[in-house]
Amino acid sequence: MIVGQRKPIQEIIGMLKGIKNILILGCGGCATVCSAGGEKEVEILASIIRIDRKKKGGPVETKEKTLARQCDTEYLEELKDEVDKYDAVLSMACGVGVNFLADMYPKTIILPALNTSFMGVSEEQGVWSERCAGCGNCVLDKTGGLCPVARCSKHLLNGPCGGSQNGRCEINPDIACVWQLIYDRLKGLNQLEKLQEIFPMKDWSSSLHGGPRKIVREDLTL
Amino acid sequence: MNFCSQGNYDNMTNPNEPDIVAFCCHYSAYAWSQDLQNLPRLGFPENVRLEILPCSGRISIIRLLKAFEQGADGIYVAGCKDDTCHNVRGSRIAKKRVDYVKNVFDQLNIEPERIEMFMISREPNRGFIEAAKEMTMRIKKLGPSPLKGK
Amino acid sequence: MNSASNLKKVLASGQFAVTAELGPPKNADAEVIRTKAKLLSDCADAVNITDCQTAIVRMSSIASSVVMMQEGLEPVTQMTCRDRNRIAIQSDLLGAAALGVKNLLCLTGDHQQFGNHPNSTGVFDMDSIQLLQMVRMMRDEKVFQCGEEIKGKAPDFFLGAAANPFADPFEFRALRLAKKVAAGAQFIQTQLVYNVEKFAAWMKAVRDLGLHEKCYILAGVTPPKSIGMARYMKNNVPGMDVPDHVIARLKGAKDSKKDVQKEGINICVDIINMVKEIEGVAGVHIMAIEWESAVPEIAKQAGLLPRP
Repeated sequence: MIVGQRKPIQEIIGMLKGIKNILILGCGGCATVCSAGGEKEVEILASIIRIDRKKKGGPVETKEKTLARQCDTEYLEELKDEVDKYDAVLSMACGVGVNFLADMYPKTIILPALNTSFMGVSEEQGVWSERCAGCGNCVLDKTGGLCPVARCSKHLLNGPCGGSQNGRCEINPDIACVWQLIYDRLKGLNQLEKLQEIFPMKDWSSSLHGGPRKIVREDLTL
Repeated sequence: MNFCSQGNYDNMTNPNEPDIVAFCCHYSAYAWSQDLQNLPRLGFPENVRLEILPCSGRISIIRLLKAFEQGADGIYVAGCKDDTCHNVRGSRIAKKRVDYVKNVFDQLNIEPERIEMFMISREPNRGFIEAAKEMTMRIKKLGPSPLKGK
Repeated sequence: MNSASNLKKVLASGQFAVTAELGPPKNADAEVIRTKAKLLSDCADAVNITDCQTAIVRMSSIASSVVMMQEGLEPVTQMTCRDRNRIAIQSDLLGAAALGVKNLLCLTGDHQQFGNHPNSTGVFDMDSIQLLQMVRMMRDEKVFQCGEEIKGKAPDFFLGAAANPFADPFEFRALRLAKKVAAGAQFIQTQLVYNVEKFAAWMKAVRDLGLHEKCYILAGVTPPKSIGMARYMKNNVPGMDVPDHVIARLKGAKDSKKDVQKEGINICVDIINMVKEIEGVAGVHIMAIEWESAVPEIAKQAGLLPRP
């Protein structure tokens, strides 16, 4: 899933300066699953905003709503009859939702309440970590299913570097050295020979470095 | 002492006393009093409105925030001592939620001391009464909620 | 090819080689390099010029190399993958070759988080092995990384790489060296050796793969300047292995009122003498960053002077 985190409260409050009628819009997709921008978090953020305004003596109307997703036209269309009523929509979806709202409602101020962090997993309750960098050119068949692009701090393809010690990454002992994990896994699979080949320089044009990406599936378009 | 029906935190008590909402674990609340009706006689302050939860771990962040939004000057949660929680980690979960709201208050420049977690032994003791008194004293010093009078 | 490199000449002749290291200044003063170069000029065959080591902004390694050459010293110019993409690296290398740089050490580079601009982008378009491969292709095949022909003069570098025998997983370390050699590394400078036993075990694995016959291996050494520094390297520098007996020796020097720095130099000399005996070790790389003045003394005591 896409994992996000609510922005610091003061940053959100700063964005809302002068805005009196806000739609706080949750997302029922990833943002709900990672407890950053679902129904519950919408309720909390709305209350925080009201408390702040009440303290400062500034009036505010907060409307709380959570769509099934914010990355599909059909759900965003649910807003079309009401979006004009608000001074701004504060989206609690990932950056994708914020963008898509802005694409769709050109006359409405759309603001982000989250920082979109990464594509990752929920390791355990309250702990998320990155697994995929969306580079557009998957190498996992060669690395035992563990991604050096996303999980090596220098995205080395011929690792591990000289800073790998006791299975930890040199930049932060909280980070596992993915190349140690790859080594251990390939050893267990009797595939260590895979690590002896030189991994050629990566084609980054399929990643963000090649410009914004798009997929058109002729078999699916109407 | 007052009981508030869920979701209604309007202060019905003396306007000169701080309005405090207490969310209390069923176990710790009964431990001292045996019967909640005994509480005023035992010295439980009148201005504290009790809301009894089956376990302090059931408290949600939004209930804490709403109690404050609706006019409470102070809020606290009373649960079992960390290692004696009937539901193993209910009071620990409650503490995390109280800490979350403390942090929100801090970021909004509201005194974080307006909200507190008390972990009280389930053995019969005065802890439950003391917590209510301590909170009343504390909020008296801090004065009314900054949301009031604006 | 790269016949003009003095370092290569010394290594090819079978003499035990000595390289040293010089960190460029964090300012625009060429005099800093000239002064340090003078200290090192008679005791090393070539001197590494670091490329913003530990990700701290310093004078460019290529510019510093040119200043060093003006002092008559041969640089081993370091190039990392942290700050430049393949366009910038190739461009810089054409320039370095044009300015007379003959030795190139290809490194991935320390992560930017260690340095003084931790909020910067880390480029890492390629890693050290891919960098070696790219530069070898530029030299031997006269092609840019994209495959386009280099018309006219191609850069001609004696290619080096680093190896850390003490990092994990240990069993993979010699195999990783094999990859570097296959990619184009002609000489290797290792991480600082304090644990000679472990280094010897690594060298055995290296010999078992026949790598000592395919590249020149220079063991990295440095004199511990203080007990604090030794402790810091032991506990805080990832991929460093400083055995307790090294620290104990420094402590002993302190107790007997001997000079700790002198003992540090003695430790370094002893390590040089030990690694010299290990089959396949072709030289030493003496790193005494910010203590360059120790290098002549070490080289002298280790019987490495005069240099050819």
